[in-house]
This record gives sequence, C-alpha cells and structure tokens, in this order.
Amino acid sequence: MAGEQQQPETELVLLDFWVSPFGQRCRIALAEKGLPYEYSEQDLLGAKSDLLLRSNPVHKKVPVLLHAGRPVCESLAILAYLDEAFPDAAGPALLPSAADPYARARARFWAAYSDRVYEAGTRLWKLKGGEARAKLQARAEIVEVLGNLDAELGEKEFFGGEVFGLVDVALVPFVPWLPSYERYGEFSVEETAPRLAAWARRCAERESVARSLHPPEKVDEFITLLKKVYGIE
Amino acid sequence: MASPPPPVKLLGTFASLPVHRAEAALRIKGVPYELILEDLKNKSELLLTHNPVHKKVPVLLHGDRAVCESLVILEYIDEAFDGPPLLPADPYDRATARFWAHFIDTKCSRPIWLSVWAEGDRQREALREVKQNLALLEAQLEGKRFFGGDSIGYLDLAACGLAHWIGVIAESGGVSLDTLMSDAEFPNLRRWAAEYVSDEAVRLCLPDRDRLLAYHMANVDKNKERAKSM
Repeated sequence: MAGEQQQPETELVLLDFWVSPFGQRCRIALAEKGLPYEYSEQDLLGAKSDLLLRSNPVHKKVPVLLHAGRPVCESLAILAYLDEAFPDAAGPALLPSAADPYARARARFWAAYSDRVYEAGTRLWKLKGGEARAKLQARAEIVEVLGNLDAELGEKEFFGGEVFGLVDVALVPFVPWLPSYERYGEFSVEETAPRLAAWARRCAERESVARSLHPPEKVDEFITLLKKVYGIE
Repeated sequence: MASPPPPVKLLGTFASLPVHRAEAALRIKGVPYELILEDLKNKSELLLTHNPVHKKVPVLLHGDRAVCESLVILEYIDEAFDGPPLLPADPYDRATARFWAHFIDTKCSRPIWLSVWAEGDRQREALREVKQNLALLEAQLEGKRFFGGDSIGYLDLAACGLAHWIGVIAESGGVSLDTLMSDAEFPNLRRWAAEYVSDEAVRLCLPDRDRLLAYHMANVDKNKERAKSM
C-alpha cells in the first residue's frame, strides 16, 4: 500500500525507523486497515531531519504520522487516531466497539502495559557487566510482565478475542526482540509464557506482521550496534 | 421497572493525584460513587483482587467491572456514562490531548521532584527541565480557559498536578512555587491553576491543601533519599 497515489487531504506519511517496534505498530495498523501511506525512513543515528524535528519538537522521536501535514505523535495515540479518523477504512477497528466501553478500557490498559516488555528488555542489554543486581531485577520484571500477558491472553486466539486488535498490534513488534532478551536475561519465553509464544507464531503468519517485522537476527545485530554506540561491553 | 444502575466505587488514597483525576471525572459527569480509602501499607483484598498487575490506586469498580490506570479510567468514565464530554469530539484534538497527557505522565513528575529535593547541579538541571516542560504546556493554553476549551476536560484532569500538587511539593521542600512556575513566566498556567482548583466539581475532591502539605512534610527525609536514587 505504501507509495499509492493519495489525495492531499487524506495523505498519510509515516516518519519511522526501520527497526523501531513503535513504528512497526503503526505500519501493521495501517496495513490491517488497508490505508495507503508514504513510508519515510528517518536517520536517527545521524542528524535528525528538519521534518522530524518540526513534526515532533517535544520528543524528536519516531513514529510520527502526518495526516494532511498535521503530526500525530506517540504510537498508541496514533493507533487510536487511525481508528477514529478512518472509521470507514477497509480493515476493522483496532479497539472494540463503542458499545463496549469496558472491553475498550481493558484493551487500552494492556496495550499500555505491553510497553513494559520493551522497557525491561532494554535494561537487560543496556546494563553493564558489573550491574548484576539491576540485571536480576530487570530479568524478574520481564518474566513477570510476560507471565501477566500470557495469563491475560489465556486460551484466546488473540488478545482481541477472534479479532487481531489493539493489544495484539501493540505487543507483536516486540516479538523479534524476545530472543535477544532471552539471551541477555537467561530465561525462556516458551517456559515463562507458552501461550504467548504460540500467539507470537500465529501472528507471524499474518501478512501485515510478516511484512512489517524484521527477523530476530537483524534485531540482535542492531542491539549489538547500539551497545557499541553506547560504549557498553 | 428498570433495575438500578450498577454501583460505582473508587478505591483511592488521600494524597493521590491519579485518584483525584478519577474522582473529579466522576463528579464532572455527575456519577454518584462511593470512595473507599485504602491503606497502601496494608492493601485490601478488594484492591489486590481488582488490580493484581499493579496493586495500585485508583481502581474504578463499576458493577463487576474493574478499571485500572487513571488515564484509562478517564476514557472509560467518558464512554460509559452520560454527561459533559471529557475528551474533545475531533479525532485530531483527541490525539493531541492524549499526547499531552502521556507527556505529563512520563516527563513531568521526575524533574519537579528533583527540582525540589535534589541538590546542586542536579537540582539546577532539573529546574531547567521543569521550565522547558511548563513552557510547552503554557503554549497549549494560549487563548483557552482550560486545556479542554471552555470547560474542564481530560487534559485538565491529567494536568491537575500543576494546579495543586506542585505548589505543595515545592513548599514542603522549602521552595517557592514562583521558583518553578512563576506568574511572570507562566501566566496562562497560573490563571488555569486558580480556575481549576476553584471549579465546583473539582473543589470537592481536591485533597485539603494544609493536610496535603503536612503529609509531604512528614516525609522530608524519604523524599531526599528518593531524589538520590532517581
């Protein structure tokens, strides 16, 4: 869908970075909804573009969704925006219907919670060798977070039930990071969260997911690169 | 005859800013509720059962539903009950409100805390960051009575810390509010704060200022320690 001719008033541009899981949330959502957009790769390790700095002056981060030139920032705000601004999109809504505010609240809660996977996982590879206690804490946290997500998923096909919804889109981009986290944290997702592991395999079969995510090897290479950049042994 | 609406209860504590957000939202919507005060050093079965993930307040109980996390609660209250809307109608305005609420929740508290409780360069750097953050929010208020427009809305509730808690925290650490958020530098925020705390619905669920100050002053040593590890 990227690159299709768009009308100016509906034009969508996504400022993004290839390996960003937060950007991938948006790519997957746009693909699921069948919304055409222009993908704009940003150089985050070099000098940030004027467009990025103008569009997200507060955080200077990706993703940013530009809709007819107006920026929407924060991946979860972008996902909600896509539901609300494009109610007639080809693909289904990410959030449950307005008739079920409780289901919507639960989806928002767990979508926000999914960020914890990335936060705890990042601490695992960012901590230096000597910070053993902090590493143990990060390991305990990611194991707890994955366990909670596993319990919430339960026997459902997706977090959204039969629908691949907000929580699924929010969480799935962290899946290629898990093998690296497992190695740095010395734990196993299959043991800690077996239902989540099966869910991850099911999601990988969706076209939107397969097209948007990079393989774990690439993510691991990127982490190694970042460790060099940050001077972490 | 229609069955009575399911009861609404809010698990909370006295000094909690997130609890106030939820309470104020219920009052603005005109939803009757029962406030159940929790002792966080001795958490109730009710709290642990209904917020097993975070074990925190606020928790909104609506019949047999439990909603956790204050910003999630605000959106739930907006959608589940009739009454004045908390979020704007336009999707872009809603995204903007959510962005700034997330900004307040993730970026604002730490520098405010450090600007009061840290020392030397760390304190000075924190104060610079506080003012940068406040300048962004000041600009959002330009030409508006409230972040939500003519009446208090989602973002005003999210920002309530700047209307009430910031002055108390500063004072508890012997710092003037004017050092952090002076009238001269932030006239919109100061005006907004005064309007917020005197609003009919909000007023009734704001923690009493003297009591809140006493609460923060009772923890001076803990506060300084916390600042060191932040």
